[in-house]
Amino acid sequence: MSIVTDPAGETGYADHPPRMGFFTDTTVCIGCKACEVACKEWNAIPEDGLALTGMSYDNTVGLGASTWRHVAFIEQRRTIGVHDDADVLAMAEQATPGDGDGFRWLMASDVCKHCTHAACLDVCPTGALFRTEFGTVVVQEDICNGCGYCIPACPYGVIDQRKDDGRAWKCTMCYDRLGEGMEPACAKACPTDSIQFGRLDELRERAQHRVTQLHDSGIADARLYGADPGDGVGGDGAFFLLLDEPEVYGFPPDPVVTTKDLPAMWRHVATAAGALAACAAAAFLGALKGR
Amino acid sequence: MAECHPVGFQWVMEAKARGATVIHVDPRFTRTSALADLHVPLRAGTDIVFLGGIINYVLENEAYFDEYVRTFTNAAAIVSEQFADAEDLDGVFSGLDREHHIYDVRTWQYEGSEVQAAADQRDQQWDERAQRAAVQRAARVESHGSGGAGVREPRKDETLQHPRCVFQILKRHYARYTPGMVERICGVPRKTFLRVCELLVRNSGRERTTAFAYAVGWTQHTVGVQYIRTAAILQSLLGNIGRPGGGILALRGHASIQGSTDIPTLFSLLPGYLPMPHAYTNLDLETFLAAESVHKGHWGDMRSYLVSLLKAWWGPAARPDNGFCFDYLPRLTGSHSTYETVQEQLAGTCEGYFLFGENPAVGSANARAQRMGMANLKWLVVRDFSLIESATWWKDGPEIETGELRTADNGTEVFFLPAAAHTEKDGSFTNTQRLLQWHHQAVEPRGDARSDLWFTYHLGRRIRAKLAGAAGERDRPMLDLTWDYPTHGPHAEPDAEAVLAEINGWNADGEPLSGYGQLKPDGSTACGCWIYCGVRAGGVNQAARRTPGREQNWVASQWAWAWPLNRRILYNRASADAGGRPWSERKAYVWWDGDAGKWTGYDVPDFKATTPPDFVPEEGSTGPDALGGTDAFVMQADGKAWLYAPAGVTDGPLPTHYEPQESPFENLLYGQQRNPVRQVLYNAYSPYQPSGSAGGADVFPYVATTYRLTEHHTAGGMSRWQPYLAELQPEMFCEVSPELAAERGLEHLGWATVVTARAAIEARVLVTERIPPLTVQGRTLHQVGLPYHWGPNGISTGDAANELASLALDPNVHIQEDKALACDIRPGRRPRGPARLELVRAYRRRAGITDETGTEV
Repeated sequence: MSIVTDPAGETGYADHPPRMGFFTDTTVCIGCKACEVACKEWNAIPEDGLALTGMSYDNTVGLGASTWRHVAFIEQRRTIGVHDDADVLAMAEQATPGDGDGFRWLMASDVCKHCTHAACLDVCPTGALFRTEFGTVVVQEDICNGCGYCIPACPYGVIDQRKDDGRAWKCTMCYDRLGEGMEPACAKACPTDSIQFGRLDELRERAQHRVTQLHDSGIADARLYGADPGDGVGGDGAFFLLLDEPEVYGFPPDPVVTTKDLPAMWRHVATAAGALAACAAAAFLGALKGR
Repeated sequence: MAECHPVGFQWVMEAKARGATVIHVDPRFTRTSALADLHVPLRAGTDIVFLGGIINYVLENEAYFDEYVRTFTNAAAIVSEQFADAEDLDGVFSGLDREHHIYDVRTWQYEGSEVQAAADQRDQQWDERAQRAAVQRAARVESHGSGGAGVREPRKDETLQHPRCVFQILKRHYARYTPGMVERICGVPRKTFLRVCELLVRNSGRERTTAFAYAVGWTQHTVGVQYIRTAAILQSLLGNIGRPGGGILALRGHASIQGSTDIPTLFSLLPGYLPMPHAYTNLDLETFLAAESVHKGHWGDMRSYLVSLLKAWWGPAARPDNGFCFDYLPRLTGSHSTYETVQEQLAGTCEGYFLFGENPAVGSANARAQRMGMANLKWLVVRDFSLIESATWWKDGPEIETGELRTADNGTEVFFLPAAAHTEKDGSFTNTQRLLQWHHQAVEPRGDARSDLWFTYHLGRRIRAKLAGAAGERDRPMLDLTWDYPTHGPHAEPDAEAVLAEINGWNADGEPLSGYGQLKPDGSTACGCWIYCGVRAGGVNQAARRTPGREQNWVASQWAWAWPLNRRILYNRASADAGGRPWSERKAYVWWDGDAGKWTGYDVPDFKATTPPDFVPEEGSTGPDALGGTDAFVMQADGKAWLYAPAGVTDGPLPTHYEPQESPFENLLYGQQRNPVRQVLYNAYSPYQPSGSAGGADVFPYVATTYRLTEHHTAGGMSRWQPYLAELQPEMFCEVSPELAAERGLEHLGWATVVTARAAIEARVLVTERIPPLTVQGRTLHQVGLPYHWGPNGISTGDAANELASLALDPNVHIQEDKALACDIRPGRRPRGPARLELVRAYRRRAGITDETGTEV
């Protein structure tokens, strides 16, 4: 897959604004869920469940048709000896119970990734899903016919159908606000700038700087997720700074656009069809000859 | 802080990004701990030991900021020979009156300045001690702001060697607060504790400062005020007051709780921390001022503040010949706090009750006593957004289920009046840093909802209309009120800025004042709250200023307005040394400009602008003129930060560890188990548990602590009815460690019942390592976390944690102790109906609880 830096341009926007995105720095997330509430308020998304889940303070569970921002809470005791260079004995000695040792509580606000190669958009038969001039991916509620093809297409499990109306819904990166020069509601509400909104190229630069800063201060676990244009989805429009493996946060470790193999598949189909036709023709001709 | 004040926490994160170390001390690992560099879990209710231990560390290692301490604190003051410390009396101070549960605080004074009781002003019919008890219970420590009551200039030993000087008393008092004691009492390992000490000390001094931030949970103890005092002593020793990046920041529950003490909803205060007059000691304006004024510092001008207040309220009717209507002010006859009001309701002497945005049926300690008090009223007015539990207890409260109340039999007439939200009205919030921020109405309130201002103004207007023409003397205070605010809009909403104008004050020509220095004692100025004077300087609403940070210096004086005089850091004279030079370039804030002959800097100097650092006041001068060039603590009667409080605190001049009212542990430090002068209110619904080694205490072996979650707001009136918030925390739960779960058979997501002598409540169980067991006094202590937002009404529901709390109160400010409650926890749901009461009764029987249990000194 070639590296695409300008999905809006590729889509055909001649004179368009720079690609916009989210950089979610989970190292400063305080789990306040203001992003979830601001998102629901601005987009008039219905309440979707009053169940206590027991998953730490996460009663939202995951992204869905009526949850476009989701804050994950991970209570974690890091296993001693995971790092090759760690002094295990010293760590064990330090690990006095009740000392807060080795225990951490990760929080991360998840959102639609607005992929460079967006499978949801690829498979949408009605054009309800489209690439905006900001390079984001938006589903138009008045066009969506509820076919649901986009749902299994998403490598992150983001887009989902609302049971009561059948249509597919997901984060629009507040397309209606962007057009007015406003930042998305979640980023606006975030008190610690864990959610940063801006030009994607600038965000990637800032994020790289932040990772270097964290590494320099001894936080070796810090890494970016979704910032690499060479990854399976061509890089995300919404990417993350994590402190652990992506799976810990519920992210797929190596997402691949599910339509990636479509051209090859079609090529194979075409070859197969051609071969089949050739065989059929040969058989037909053979049959004629045999007469 | 991240849990309860996420928006304010952004500044902690900003500081962290700039290299600050964040230490979080809390029984639980919270969202704050998640972002902190160091989380220190401790046993709830032992903070004085923890902080006292740090004080001891600082003194022992001579790690205090010596020059700051000598220049700005009362370390050198010599204390009266009559004073006996908790060191000498096994945990109590001199002057304890065991019969009335109060201290005679006079022995705590500086030597030679003992305040003698002004006997001639007393009602001789009144028993002196009972009277003192009544006055003291009224507990006016919050009056005078942080300054405390009056003291005279003390004799000093500048070498700090005199055995009775404050510094030596302090050293002796905290000598027993050793790291070993901290470990045994708080459950904080010595190593962790010493790490905190080192970090604090390393980050304090000329070049660096440390800030303390606490949420009001710190105040919710029978020694709550002393918690804050301990922090104040420590910060004074480390030189962290009056300097940028220093201070003690009280993060308060509601958006404008700071405002509600500045212009108080408290019984004991008038606006601007002027004390509310007392029936027996403050007969008229002159005796009031003689008793309450302070001869040195800004409280020396109390007459100007009070007379201007009386002029604001009663206008032309307030004249010199009638004491400016001082007699119109109500008088205290004792403590009339929230909890004593409940006692009066139960006794039938309090017949009516207004609840403005308050939900005591969920949010106040011993919620059952709150409801039973309301059930004994003639009328109740509830103004809120939703039908909160305090508005519906008469038809569906827990006592209806248990059969204690029957709707048909209840005589309380309940009025529910829907309230407008802050987006539906103009007004101001005063936040924790004393910043007044104006908010503008965005939409009209819906339906019958009205603002509090609307309700109060029109209620007053209607009462005055009904009283019109009445000749009674007692009606004059209502009829003479200046009650003429302009109104506008479809609902005749009073103009909030007109109220702000009255608060700001004006001169005889009606021109707005620009600062409290302009207030006059002769009645020629009016001012509704002297500390807010200047908020409308030049006729401009200064609180509505929103100049962005990038367009001004880092102090950001053009954003909103801070009282007093738009000063962002109080006592900022202390940011410079004795000679007026900044302690360091890095921490320069306010300094003396010798050439210009005045104080200058980034902020408004908290000092008379032209008083040089070497100024020595003339003998006999009073008020602000009596402040010397290094008397940075300008509101204090001696101009100094108090390491030792010779007056103003009712339960001791030095913070001393006592166990909570109900504790599974003995007080290891002293023979005195509990705060001897804590308030213990008794009624049929508030029995107390045995404590420490007393028989039956082991029936309640765990410690529960209550708290808030980010997703909900206090007693839930603003959040449990909001679907977007309710779905984030949909029901009541308790938090327990895996170890406690195993010990008591509790299952994750199952049900648990938590029991105290007052009540049994149920909650879903969250088993989490975030509430670790601690080793205290050699055994394992389990703590139980209880968010207190829930009640039976709304979308998100559950039992109220406050059912469990008792009515044991801090004696200074009458705040309940619900941050450290001894309890039991058992698996399963609580019984329904009368069986719920029977379960609690069974616990009381097992613990041998009588009417006297827990009420001893």
